Amino acid sequence: MGTILNIQNLTKTYQSGGSTLTVLDNISFALEAGSTMSIVGPSGSGKTTLLGLCAGLDRSSSGMVELNNIRLDNLTEDQRAQVRNEHVGFIFQNFQLLPTLTAIENVMVPLELRGERNIRSHAADLLDKVGLADRAHHYPSQLSGGEQQRVSLARAFSNSPKILFADEPTGNLDAETSEKVVKLIFDLNKEAGTTLVLVTHDLEMASKTQRIIRIKGGALISDELTSSGMLDKKNYAGG
Amino acid sequence: MPEDNIVPSVAKNSLNFRWLILMAWRDSRRNRSRLFLFVSSIILGIAAIVAIYSFEYNLRQDIDSQAKSLLGADLVIETNKAVKEDIRPVLMALGDERSEERTFASMIYFPKNQGTRLVNVRALQGAYPYYGSIETSPAGAGTSFRASRSALVDKTLMLQFDAKVGDSVKVGELSFRIAGVLNKAPGQTGFSASVAPVVYIPLRYLEQTGLSQKGSRINYNFYFKFAENVNVDLLADKLEPRLEKAEMDAETVESHKEDTGRSFEDMTEFLALVGFVALLLGCIGVASAIHIYIREKINTIAILRCLGVSSKQAFIIYLIQIIGIGLIGSVIGAIVGTLIQQFLPLVLADFLPVEITVAISWAAITQGLLLGLVISILFALLPLVSVRNISPLNTLRISFQETSLFKDPVKWLVYLLIVSFVFAFTYFQMDSFRKTIYFTGGVLLAFLILSALAYLMMWLARKFFPSSWSYLWRQGFANLFRPNNQTLILVVSIGLGTAFICTLFFVQGILINRVTMSSSQNQPNMVLFDIQGEQRQAVRQLTQSMSLPVIQEVPIVNMRMTEIKGRNAASFKNDSTARGARRALDREYRVTYRDSLSDSEKITEGKWTGRAGQGQPVYVSLEDGFARRIDVKIGDKLTFNVQGTPMETVVGSIRKVDWNRIQTNFLLIFPAGVLEDAPQFHVLLTKVPSNEVSAKYQRAVVKTFPNISMIDLGLVLSVLDEILTKMGFVIRFMAAFSIITGLIVLIASVLISKYQRIKESVLLRTLGASRKQILIITALEYFFLGALAAGAGIVLALLASWGLAKFSFETTFAPEMLPVLVLFVLISSLTVLIGLFNSRGVLNKPPLEVLRSEV
Repeated sequence: MGTILNIQNLTKTYQSGGSTLTVLDNISFALEAGSTMSIVGPSGSGKTTLLGLCAGLDRSSSGMVELNNIRLDNLTEDQRAQVRNEHVGFIFQNFQLLPTLTAIENVMVPLELRGERNIRSHAADLLDKVGLADRAHHYPSQLSGGEQQRVSLARAFSNSPKILFADEPTGNLDAETSEKVVKLIFDLNKEAGTTLVLVTHDLEMASKTQRIIRIKGGALISDELTSSGMLDKKNYAGG
Repeated sequence: MPEDNIVPSVAKNSLNFRWLILMAWRDSRRNRSRLFLFVSSIILGIAAIVAIYSFEYNLRQDIDSQAKSLLGADLVIETNKAVKEDIRPVLMALGDERSEERTFASMIYFPKNQGTRLVNVRALQGAYPYYGSIETSPAGAGTSFRASRSALVDKTLMLQFDAKVGDSVKVGELSFRIAGVLNKAPGQTGFSASVAPVVYIPLRYLEQTGLSQKGSRINYNFYFKFAENVNVDLLADKLEPRLEKAEMDAETVESHKEDTGRSFEDMTEFLALVGFVALLLGCIGVASAIHIYIREKINTIAILRCLGVSSKQAFIIYLIQIIGIGLIGSVIGAIVGTLIQQFLPLVLADFLPVEITVAISWAAITQGLLLGLVISILFALLPLVSVRNISPLNTLRISFQETSLFKDPVKWLVYLLIVSFVFAFTYFQMDSFRKTIYFTGGVLLAFLILSALAYLMMWLARKFFPSSWSYLWRQGFANLFRPNNQTLILVVSIGLGTAFICTLFFVQGILINRVTMSSSQNQPNMVLFDIQGEQRQAVRQLTQSMSLPVIQEVPIVNMRMTEIKGRNAASFKNDSTARGARRALDREYRVTYRDSLSDSEKITEGKWTGRAGQGQPVYVSLEDGFARRIDVKIGDKLTFNVQGTPMETVVGSIRKVDWNRIQTNFLLIFPAGVLEDAPQFHVLLTKVPSNEVSAKYQRAVVKTFPNISMIDLGLVLSVLDEILTKMGFVIRFMAAFSIITGLIVLIASVLISKYQRIKESVLLRTLGASRKQILIITALEYFFLGALAAGAGIVLALLASWGLAKFSFETTFAPEMLPVLVLFVLISSLTVLIGLFNSRGVLNKPPLEVLRSEV
């Protein structure tokens, strides 16, 4: 299986007053297509910044980001937008649904953007998969937090992305709802064969991915396979 | 290599318009009432413009259809000099029917109650008007008065002197029976009737009135009716050289139509610009509302960007919304404008010579729609271009930084587009480069001054923040400069409206003041003119016998200028640079002679010569502006025709003249010792202490010297007052559009700020603030805002009026401040009321409910 995400010597700095603030310092790693990975680290360590750079939401100060063999750092913002639309799915901590669109319309947006037609049934199927078939015509403000995150999941998978980025997907949810949402993420991900990059504080959730990279003070301090990762590797090797 | 691994091109990501429109529609769903609020700001501006344009189109059509009755004949030939004998046979041979009329100013006398008044006498012979009619009551009087020694008297005069049909009126030395009340002469407006009321008499009695020989100007009009198939314009062109030689002018229906249309263009041009200012105000409202709207949309835009929407697409989604609301606003504006148009003829009736029909003008509506659409988009673009710079990163953390003007050249482009558009629109209205620059510059300056005042006030409020005030006062005061404040937008919009009203008020005051001041103290307030040489002594004696002072007595000689620096009119004819000289050679001058300067004159160049020396050149003195217009200097030669006698003169001095003084002032003064024997008449200035003495004096003069005309300054004052009131009403009517637009912008800003301030108010309430406390904070904030805005407007009006008084009217400016104070209190209170009314939702509901429903 090929590499879907290749990060080389990635650095992100900000100018603050007269001094330079280094948020990410020379980070390198590669991720195989179809695998799952967590980025963990304390608050302010640079996890979200790394996620933003990997997903093409921001530009690095130096270094390379290659997503599905496309060098993101060479693209304009609009070209990166197109890459996001075609290859990337997102799940956010605060759901980020469009407040003026109904649940089903939110799910349809990525496909509509591609100019695809007759997508309503596909969107309805996805809502059905996340258990919200009967809430399709509700606005985000009429849904609970868990329901909103499930709509956001359906949206993330709607354009059949190659890679899914999830930023603290359960950060705003209670324990019980979190469990359901995490299960959904992993089930849908497995079913679709999508690569998953998860940013989280939750080590239990992180352990469900095959690989964990740890960041502290903007630097990568460890990169290791989890037990499920090793198991997969063994199965792969044995298979 | 698989297709999806190719680096994407922007072109591949097509704009997908159908989806963009769908998104714009969906996105607007939960904001429609707010979007409508933005739109409401431009409705009145568009309405004003559509109303004025519709009115203009209808007026033009009405002038077209009523042009014949406006003129009353197919051809009019006119002159202000006695008709030369050699042209008479030509005039007598023209047309199928002919009428002749002489018009001049003269006093009339009502024997019943001994009233006198200066009027415009029209001595008529023939069946004129051939089209339309002289409107009278009883209806037949317009025709029948010509058959006997009868007169038609203007209805305002009839009312003023309580005269009835059948009474008599004395014109000159002859009495006429009043055959009817003159309601409207052909082409006359209500306005011209009040300035110079008309009295018709049959021409054949003119000789017996003794007024046909008087010194003052008589206009000779000849009216002709032609058979349908005659091309009158062609005929007029052919006649022109001969008429020019005879110093006569021809006017046809076509040329009169153009003249009338042109004179109303100025009026509609002015009104359209007032409407345009209201529209600009509304657009500023739209821009500020969209600015806040876009700020609230940052997250939505960031999510869309995350999902793959390009910056162009995001921009277009919101542009489509703006186009939509701009269109809706313009359509509503056009409908309102078409309705308002029904009332315009009522407001403007006194200024119009034709009956106005009210019809829907699709041309006006189309123009209004286009204008509304273009200008609302242009102004909305200012905040809208920021959409391009909203990063998808905002989904992860809000870090929206507004791009500054210097960093985003597109913003400069938008500003440039706006100024260019304002300039182009104004040029389209005014058709004059200079006026357009003045107007655009003036509007820009007003906006800049008001913005500067707003910033200054914010800076002062922050700098000298009253820390010792109570919490509620401090909170209300601080809202003036805290983030999301509305100080700038409200100071500009309400300020401009206030400035409009105040300037109007001040200018009216300046004009009235000038005339009133002139009539006070020892300034003359009564002018007698057309005094013949032999009457001079007797008039002086009569005046003094009534204990009235003879303040000034001036001889006047009529003459024409025939050559300037040795060149006559023919040699200037094709010289396009000598317009002033051409005009100067085409008019009659009323000239005086004396041996000394008056106290309103000052020599600026050359040397004053009081008395012409024997065998010396005649040194005349010219007013400085006049000398400049005809381009002459000290020592240049001027030749005059003094009623048949040629006279060579030399420019001896140039004078500065204070025209503001009520006294006779002259462009040209001859030295004593030259014109004493020329045919001349005299003007006498006196001062009457009261209306009773004025009436008595006028009666005495008119009875003894019927040819002498008198101007009572009291009457001039009341006529001026009437004109200003009528004009003031029209201007106030138009200014109301700006004021109401200002109020709508206020309502919109208050409602929009409600969304901004709601969290804060709810938080305060959650922390235990009472309803009353929130109410006081809100009321204080709006009071400060209203007071600042009204104050800024008044400051601007004071500046503008002072400038007008000093440079345009050349008088001192002493504004009456009490009414302005009332206006200040009114606008401040209105702002507070609107602010409180719109915030009542936050005040009356429990905090949680508000948070759930509004945020």
